[in-house]
Amino acid sequence: MKSALEIAAAVRGGQSALVAVEESLTAIRARNEELNVFLYVDEDGARAAAARIDEQVRRGEDPGLLAGVPIALKDNLCTTGIPTTCSSKILEGWKPPYNATVVDRLVAQGAISMGKTNLDEFAMGSSTENSAFGPTRNPLDPARVPGGSSGGSAAAVASNMTPVSLGSDTGGSIRQPAALCGLVGVKPTYGLVSRYGLIAFASSLDQIGPFAQSVSDAALLLEVIAGHDPLDSTSLPEPTPSLLAHVADGVAGKRIGLVRELVDGADEDVVRAVNKAVETLKDAGATIVELSIPELHLGLSAYYLIAPAEASSNLARFDGVRFGNRVDGEDVTAMMEATRTAGFGAEVKRRIMLGTYALSAGYFDAYYGQALKVRTRMIEAFATAYQQVDMIIGATTPSVAFEFGSKTNDPMAMYLNDVFTIPTNLAGEAAISVPFGTGEANLPIGVQLLGPGRSEARLFAAARVLEIADGRA
Amino acid sequence: MTEPLSRDDVAHVAKLARLRLTEDELVRYTEQLGKILVHAQDLSSLDLHGVAPTAHPFGLVNVVRPDEVRASLDPAPVLAQAPDVEDGRFAVPRIVGEAP
Amino acid sequence: MMLPNGWEMVVGLEVHTELKTKTKLFCGCANEFGSAPNSQVCPICLGLPGSMPVLNERAVELAMAIGFALNCTIQDSTFHRKNYFYPDMPKDYQVSQYDLPINARGYLDLPDGSRVSIERAHMEEDTGKTTHLGTSGRIHGADRSLVDYNRSGVPLVEIVSGPDIRNPQQARDYVAELRSILVAIGASDGRMEEGSLRVDANVSVHKPDTPFGTRCEIKNLNSLRSLTRAIEYEALRQIDVLEDGGSIRQETRHWDEDRGETSTLRVKEEAEDYRYFREPDLVDLAPDQAWKDRVLAGLPKLPAQRRRDLEALLTNPTDAQRDGVTTVVDLDLDLYVEGVAQAHGDVALAVARAANELAAANEKLANLSVANFVTTVAMEQSGQLSATQAKTVLGELLEKGGDPASVAKAKGFEQLSTDSLSATVGELITANPDEWQRFKDGDDKLAQFFIGLVMKATKGQANGKAVIAELQSRR
Repeated sequence: MKSALEIAAAVRGGQSALVAVEESLTAIRARNEELNVFLYVDEDGARAAAARIDEQVRRGEDPGLLAGVPIALKDNLCTTGIPTTCSSKILEGWKPPYNATVVDRLVAQGAISMGKTNLDEFAMGSSTENSAFGPTRNPLDPARVPGGSSGGSAAAVASNMTPVSLGSDTGGSIRQPAALCGLVGVKPTYGLVSRYGLIAFASSLDQIGPFAQSVSDAALLLEVIAGHDPLDSTSLPEPTPSLLAHVADGVAGKRIGLVRELVDGADEDVVRAVNKAVETLKDAGATIVELSIPELHLGLSAYYLIAPAEASSNLARFDGVRFGNRVDGEDVTAMMEATRTAGFGAEVKRRIMLGTYALSAGYFDAYYGQALKVRTRMIEAFATAYQQVDMIIGATTPSVAFEFGSKTNDPMAMYLNDVFTIPTNLAGEAAISVPFGTGEANLPIGVQLLGPGRSEARLFAAARVLEIADGRA
Repeated sequence: MTEPLSRDDVAHVAKLARLRLTEDELVRYTEQLGKILVHAQDLSSLDLHGVAPTAHPFGLVNVVRPDEVRASLDPAPVLAQAPDVEDGRFAVPRIVGEAP
Repeated sequence: MMLPNGWEMVVGLEVHTELKTKTKLFCGCANEFGSAPNSQVCPICLGLPGSMPVLNERAVELAMAIGFALNCTIQDSTFHRKNYFYPDMPKDYQVSQYDLPINARGYLDLPDGSRVSIERAHMEEDTGKTTHLGTSGRIHGADRSLVDYNRSGVPLVEIVSGPDIRNPQQARDYVAELRSILVAIGASDGRMEEGSLRVDANVSVHKPDTPFGTRCEIKNLNSLRSLTRAIEYEALRQIDVLEDGGSIRQETRHWDEDRGETSTLRVKEEAEDYRYFREPDLVDLAPDQAWKDRVLAGLPKLPAQRRRDLEALLTNPTDAQRDGVTTVVDLDLDLYVEGVAQAHGDVALAVARAANELAAANEKLANLSVANFVTTVAMEQSGQLSATQAKTVLGELLEKGGDPASVAKAKGFEQLSTDSLSATVGELITANPDEWQRFKDGDDKLAQFFIGLVMKATKGQANGKAVIAELQSRR
C-alpha cells in the first residue's frame, strides 16, 4: 500500500479517493478474519466519504492534508453513530452521540475512517489478549501477539489494511505494539493532542498518537491531530507545531544520551539493535553521552498505582444507568454490581480493585500519595538529563513479539513489558519507537527515542536517520 | 515483608468498586494484587519528605471557558441508548439509601 | 428560645447555593430550572465515556465574589473527585474542591451584632434529580426511580460556617443575611423552596464550659421556618436522650416538615470511603491579583452597608422602621428611598410606602419610576393626598404605570379646596353641637369623631391633617 503522503498527493491531484478505500477494503477482507484487527468496518461510510472528497476535488476545493487517506481508529475513540466498545462487553452496541476531537480533525483534513480496531479492554494490557472480542494476531507472525493495548491499530498498518492508524498510549500502548509490529509509533507530549472523546484509562497519562510505516507519515498524522482544543482543559495552549518540515533535519551536533536503565534487562538481540542505532546516530554527527537515571527503576511501581487509581474512578460511570449494557438486580446497587461484574473482564477488574485500594482510606499516603511524589522525582531526573543531552535513546521493549498465552497468567510478567515506555508517560514527555533491525525469528525490534515535552520535531528527525540506515526508505 | 493485603481487604475493595467476586476469584485476586503491591512497597521505603506530588505533568492553571450556552443533545437518541427509560427519564431499580 | 437545665446548643450550617450562571459548571448546557427532563444534557454532564470538563469562568468569578462578600481569603485551589456510586451522579464521582477550596477562613456579621465564622466556601457540581415511583414519593417504599440530569453539573458553592451559632433565631438570621448577600451580588436567586439554596444543619448540645457534644447533621431544610423548627426539635431530642442516660450517635437525620420531627437517614459507621484524589481532567485555579481585583471592583454594596446607609437617613429609627429598611434592602428598593431623601422628602414615609406598597407588588416595579414614587410621597407629605389615597395611587402606578398627578385626578383625588373643607366642617359642627362643645372643652378624642364624619361626607377625599387644622382654628 502507498504511504499516506502519496495517497493524499494523488487524491489532491485528481485520483479518486475510492482507489485507496477499495484497496484498504480488499486488504481487510483478506486478513481481518484471521488477525481480528477491526471490530467494526465502516464500508459504507468509507465509500461515502471517498465520494465526498472526490466531489470536493471536482469543485476545485482542497480536501486537506490527508485527502482520501484510509485510517484505522482504536476503538476507545468516540465516533458519532459508530459502535465504540473499548473491547468491553459493558459497552457492546453503544453508539456515541459525538466525535472525539481527533476524529473531527482527521475528517476536516480529508482522512477516511475505515473502522474501529481491537484493543486490550479499556486499553489495559500489553498484548491485546484482554479484548472481550478475542485477541488480535501479529500480522508478521500470527502465533504471536501484536503488542498492546493498541494491538488492532498496529496490526491494521502492519498488514497494509490502512497506511496509518491512531492508538492511545498510557504506559506504552502505542510504542510497544509499534515495536512488535515493525512500525513507527509516537507517544506525543502530554497535552499536545486533545483527549476529548478518548475513553479515559488514566487521565493524567493518556495520549493519542499515530502509527505509520514511515516517520514522515507519522509526522504528518501527528501534525493534523495536534494543537490546542478548548474542550480539553489539559490541552497545551500553543498552536500546532510544524513537524513534517523537520523530518529531514538530521542529528548533526545533537547530544544523545544512552541511558543504561532503558536497555538493562532487554534481550541480547534488542541490546544489539540499540547499540547499532547509537553507532548510526554517531555516524550521522550526533554526540553520544552514556547516562544513568536510577529513578527510572521506580517507574513501573509508580505507574501500577497511579494508572489503576485513576482508572478505578474513570470506569465508575459504567454502571448500567445511562448507556451500555445492564444486568438487572433487585435494587440499584445490586444492578450496578451485576452489570459491572458481568461487563468487565478479569484484567479490568484487577486494575479497578488495585486502584480502589490505592486510593482508599488508610492506604492513600503509602501508595497513591507516594507514587505522585515518585512522579515528581522522575520529572526532575529527566530534566537533569536534558540539561546534558537533547534526547535519550533506549529500547522500546525488552523483547520482540512474544507468543500467545506466554504471559497471561502472571500479571507482573506482562507489566514488565512496559518498563522502558512507562517513564515517558509519568513525565508527560514525548517518545517515538522506530523499527531498527530484526531479532529472534526475524521479528522487528523497536528503538525508542525520548525527549522533553514539545520535542517531537527533534525526535522525528533522529528517527528518520535510523529509518534511512535501516533501509526502510 | 508483611502480606500487603488480606482477603478481607480485597472483599472490601470489591464492594467499594461495585464488583462481585466468587470465592475462587477472591483467593486469586488477593494473591495477584499482593504480588503487585509488594513491588509498590519499594516506593513506601523511599524517603520522599519535602517532595511535592505531581498530579499533572505541566503547570497549566486557570483554564476556563466563557459562560456561553452551547447546544445540548437531542434527548431522544440519548435516551434510546439507555438500558431502561420511562417518561423521558433514565429508569433504575429501587434505590436503597440516600445520597451522601 | 431557652433550653432546659442549662443546656446550650451548638450549630454549624452548610449552605449550598446554585450559582446564577447561564451555563453549567463544566459544560455549555443551559443552567435553567423547569425544562423538559433530560433536555439540557450533553456528553459532559451526562458523564458519557470520553467527555471532559472545562471550568465556567463566570462560576469562578461568582465563587470569588462570595468569598469577598464573606471576608474570606481567596486562595489558589484545586478540584478533586469524590468517588461514590449513586444513580443521580452521572460519572459516579462528584467534582468538588477538597483540601484547597477557593475561599477559606471568613466571617459573616449578623444584624444583631454577632459574628459567625466561615470555614470555607468551595465550588462543586450539582447532581441530577431523582423521582421515586411508588406509594410514598419518598425513597423508602419506591420500587423504581427515574433520573433527570438537567440539574447535573449545575454550579454550586458550598458555604460552611464554624460551629458558632447558639440558637435557632441566630441560625435563621445567618441564612437570611447570607441569602440577601448572595442575591445582592448576583450569585444566587436565593429561592429555598426551589432548592437553589439548600441548608444542612450540624446540631449538638452541651453544657457551657464543657466540650462540644456529638453532632447530627439535619437535611431537607427547605425554608427558614423548617430550619428553626428542625434545630429546636433536634436540640431538644438530643437533650432528652442525654438526660435519659443515653448517648448521641453521629448520624445524618432527615427533617419531616409535616410531622415536625427528625429521623435517622444514615449512621456514620455506614459512611462511604470517598477516595478523594485530584481531578486529573482539570488544572489548578490560581487567580492572579488582576483577576481578583476585577471581581472585587464589580462587587456591589453589600446589604449590611446598604441598611446602615438607609438608617442614617432616618432620625432615631424605630424598630418598625429598621424592619422596613431590611425589607427595602432585601427587595432591592433602595433607589426609591434614596430618591425621596435626595428630594429632601420624608424618608420615614418613603420607607413605610416602599416596605409595604412596593414590596407587595415587587414584580411590577418596572411600571414605577423613582421620580413618580418621589412625587407621590411628596403629595402625601404635603397633604395633597391622604394616606389612603397615596396608597391607591401607588397601587395604580404599579399596576398600569402613568404619572401620579394624572392618576390622582382620574381617581377623583383632587384635594378639597380649603373653602369647601371649611364649609363641610361648619355644617358638621352645627349638626353635632354636644360633641363640638366637649371638643371645645378640651376633649381631644373628639377630633377623631369629626375626622370620621368629614371623611364620610367627602368620601375619603379630605386630608386628616387639614381637618385637624380646621377644627383647631375654630376651637
